[in-house]
Amino acid sequence: MKPRSLVSIDDLTTGEITKILSLAAEFEKNPVQDILRGKVVATLFFEPSTRTRLSFESAVNKLGGKVIGFTDSSSSSVTKGETLNDTIRTVNNYVDLIVMRHPIEGSARYASEVSTVPVINAGDGANQHPTQTLLDLYSILKTQGTLDNLNICMVGDLKYGRTVHSLLMAMSRWKTSFNFVAPEELKMPDEYKLYLRNLGLDYYETADLNEVINKADIIYMTRVQRERFSDPMEYEKVKNAYVLHDHMLSDTKPGMKILHPLPRVNEISTDVDANTKAYYFEQALNGVYTRQAIICTLLGLKK
Amino acid sequence: MKNVNDPKQLLVTAIESGTVIDHIPASTLFKVIKILGLDRIKNQITFGTNLESKTDGKKAIIKIAGKFFEDDDINRIALVAPNAKLNIIRDYQVIEKRVVEVPDTITAIAKCMNPKCITNFEKVTTRFKVVSKKPVALKCHYCEKITDQERLEII
Repeated sequence: MKPRSLVSIDDLTTGEITKILSLAAEFEKNPVQDILRGKVVATLFFEPSTRTRLSFESAVNKLGGKVIGFTDSSSSSVTKGETLNDTIRTVNNYVDLIVMRHPIEGSARYASEVSTVPVINAGDGANQHPTQTLLDLYSILKTQGTLDNLNICMVGDLKYGRTVHSLLMAMSRWKTSFNFVAPEELKMPDEYKLYLRNLGLDYYETADLNEVINKADIIYMTRVQRERFSDPMEYEKVKNAYVLHDHMLSDTKPGMKILHPLPRVNEISTDVDANTKAYYFEQALNGVYTRQAIICTLLGLKK
Repeated sequence: MKNVNDPKQLLVTAIESGTVIDHIPASTLFKVIKILGLDRIKNQITFGTNLESKTDGKKAIIKIAGKFFEDDDINRIALVAPNAKLNIIRDYQVIEKRVVEVPDTITAIAKCMNPKCITNFEKVTTRFKVVSKKPVALKCHYCEKITDQERLEII
């Protein structure tokens, strides 16, 4: 039988997502256990992503498992011209589960088809990064007490931002209203708006963050990158319009939380960090519990 | 009785039993042959191309003796010959006519238009879910990007 992998958030039913989130809550209460004793997990990072890799390695280590792997493809046999097929079919002999980050889109799906052990996609190019989406969902559920009928305000690069697209698709299962705040060049692509319209869900688009900030239960910030603009003048014009400052939060909802997939550059001013509405560092910690839940679910160690 | 002076009728001889695939665009005849694997079977095959057609411009026709196709097989040509018509022949008589239909999934025929897709880097059989049949839009099983009719390339 083919092992169960996690490649795309759409691979999971709503029931399975709910189960992973409640398992994450269990791990949060009791993060150090011996469940993975004797298990070996490979972290194959064909491109570097320190944050994601450390989060996975922390998750495995706290459960008593061991980690082997490489941190970028220059230190692996890929530089000798080995195919992904061969790398996976070799490594799957050594480990119980593979965590993989790869710049080529669809590489994780392909790896999951040739591997004899479960594969977790830790990002395949601009395509999918389902563990990020699950930790975002866990953070939203934990801070709001529910996933139903929330108002989510997505800010910044909504065109290229893989995390916002996956989060949008996932949250659309719980009757979310969306506010999209982005400069003209980086607006939410039509295919995602069409997806929401087909589900009968509301969304509102604006270039002005102040217009919608007070309605939000969750503000999801992303980085507006200079290199996304064909005209550098355009970037200079908009770059300060998508920066969150502490004074902007005074009339926001009391339970509102600010999320960010990190790394942050300057889109959230450091004066926000001390505000109780800032949640991005706790969000990163939630990533460890969520990944513990995902690993144990795929290995069939927790029902 | 056929008119022997009519050159159109002489181009391709009749078959006793088998399948005639008509109304193939002349430009995609060899793709149809490849998709159906006709270059690898031992059956007697005759074909004509650049024939005049009232409806399709230049068309092609293939006659395969002793060969009958399953729907799943023949529908594979729908991407390159959407208007193809099949005549099933037994005893020199047409006993059934069929049209082709774009299937729900496409395997090993189309190329993913995303240059960053794994199928364009490694020897991976392409697989698509058909998200729209007319015009054709294919969603890649691997990178999840859409390849539309305009950018559709047959391998």
